[in-house]
Amino acid sequence: MSSVFEKRSNGIDGPPSKIKVSDLTMAYGDSVVMHNLNFTVHERDIFIIMGGSGSGKSTLLRHLVGLQEPAQGTISYQGTSAGFWEMPPSERERLLRRFGVLYQGGALWSSMTLAENVSLPLQEYAAVDAEEISALASLKLALVGLSGFEDYYPSEISGGMTKRAGLARALALDPDILFFDEPSAGLDPISSRRLDDLIRDLRDSLRTTIVVVTHELASIFAIGNNSVFLDAQSKTMIASGNPKQLLAESKDPRVLAFLTRGEEASRG
Amino acid sequence: MKQVDLEYARGPDGTLRVALGGDWKLARGLPAPKGVIEEIEKSPPPRRVIFETGVLAGWDSGLLTFLLSVLSRCAQLSVEVDRLGLPEGVRSLLALATAVPASAGRRSSKPEPVLARVGDAAIAWWIGFCDTLAFIGEAFLSLPRLFTGKARFRRSDFTLAVQDCGARSLPIVALINLLVGLILAFVGAIELRRFGAQIYVADLVGIGMLRDIAPIMTGIIVTGRTGASFAAELGAMEANQEIDALRTLGIPPMDFLVLPRLLALCLMMPLLCLYADLLGIAGGLVVAGSMLDISPMQYLLETKRAVHLNDLFLGLFMSAVFGVLVAVTGCMRGIRSGRSASAVGEATTSAVVTGIVSIVVATAIITAISYVLGI
Repeated sequence: MSSVFEKRSNGIDGPPSKIKVSDLTMAYGDSVVMHNLNFTVHERDIFIIMGGSGSGKSTLLRHLVGLQEPAQGTISYQGTSAGFWEMPPSERERLLRRFGVLYQGGALWSSMTLAENVSLPLQEYAAVDAEEISALASLKLALVGLSGFEDYYPSEISGGMTKRAGLARALALDPDILFFDEPSAGLDPISSRRLDDLIRDLRDSLRTTIVVVTHELASIFAIGNNSVFLDAQSKTMIASGNPKQLLAESKDPRVLAFLTRGEEASRG
Repeated sequence: MKQVDLEYARGPDGTLRVALGGDWKLARGLPAPKGVIEEIEKSPPPRRVIFETGVLAGWDSGLLTFLLSVLSRCAQLSVEVDRLGLPEGVRSLLALATAVPASAGRRSSKPEPVLARVGDAAIAWWIGFCDTLAFIGEAFLSLPRLFTGKARFRRSDFTLAVQDCGARSLPIVALINLLVGLILAFVGAIELRRFGAQIYVADLVGIGMLRDIAPIMTGIIVTGRTGASFAAELGAMEANQEIDALRTLGIPPMDFLVLPRLLALCLMMPLLCLYADLLGIAGGLVVAGSMLDISPMQYLLETKRAVHLNDLFLGLFMSAVFGVLVAVTGCMRGIRSGRSASAVGEATTSAVVTGIVSIVVATAIITAISYVLGI
């Protein structure tokens, strides 16, 4: 599915559903979080960003969704003329509308109902009338299994529902790339599995490219077809590729320890 | 640009064929499902509905909302629908959207009757009132623990609170009270000059500032500055479950969070008030010197003659009471706050409003008592 907002995206040819990260260095002030990151997210990938706690996964996600400027290197998206930060602000803004982001805690606006949360991006950017917006909001909520919860406030629903409602909001503008920050954190195994299924269904039916930050092994193997592994000690990526292949073929003890929950390391 | 095409017609066997073509995207302006639905509703209803999408160039959520309204009407009328003609992605999304039945928990959007709302408001007020009393009771119960040295709080929290509500409040307290002293003297000067009694500006400013105005102004400033910050800080802690974490450790939040703030404000408010007194008098002195040709020495001597220690102590006592009120209302609103961003905002507003109201009410009560006692 391509974007609703194609008409307004004149500077961008075709759907930017692929990300290329070149020589990326991420830093907070003088302290470097990660350096020398090079990887490509292909169209319709479910791309996993994995690594131990504090390895900079969420920081990388912030860079990918344009919230933080790289200290060095470029991030470019398919169909754009230059790297994200080299583009003029108006072009960047147009590109951002093609992203959908699900934040760790859902990040729903607490003063709005679920329907209003989903409608806001539509009201801001979609050239459709109020009736259509309300139908679209109901559709997005139905897609994540929250049909009938339109008039509820975020404080009235459970954590898993909050996350799904956050996903409905992320889907509002029919994004080309969906980003998930720790989607299964705080969910029970069944809800977490359902969310994984939903992520896969959305990729297949919406033809979206999906980037997921997670350290849940079950999710990594269930949905990921490409990945990058960040290592906190060496402050760079030490592996990339299909997680299942990494498990079978990687020789790096750090990657193996992570993918086998430390069993490989303790055996070694 | 491809146009959006929609055609529908009944076959001889009663099958309604809906043909969708072109670029079915919201930005193109999509047809409403009304026509198709009306066709389905026509008697006799179609035997079944089939879709043809061979010439469909592209689609987005717009197509889904169109199809969902058609499908739900078909379901209501028990008309069979054959989805096989739809693109695979559309079929799986429709399956996703209809997989979970709509929750019956949808709330009615009808407003409640007035009587019910008044009743709810009254009950909420009563619960809030009892809650306030309970909080004040708890705060009092923690005082003996404080005096016997059993209260558990960190000294650094106390010193931070002292610094915040003491030293950091000095500039704003100075500015406001200097200006209030000036205004009071200015208003007094205009009237008193007519009677040749301009020297009594010193009495007016001295007594007025010391007894009432300095404590009230300082109290209101501290409510807006410190009371609001207490409410926001403790509200955010509540939202973040930090207060629950204290409770589960068996540390009473009253001791750990409220006492250091209460103590700090109780100690700092009289000092701030003393400082405000001096600046108020200084403000009066400026007006007296510049407008009324009263020398600073004359002004100070008149102030010394007019003002008694009682006036000073009454003002300082009032400010200590205000300190307790501001700390209690700020902390209470914070701790009793809800867990969302808007709840923290409400807690802060409520802390400032309650703080100011309680300061004014307390002033009225103390003034009445001091009049009766002849202080």
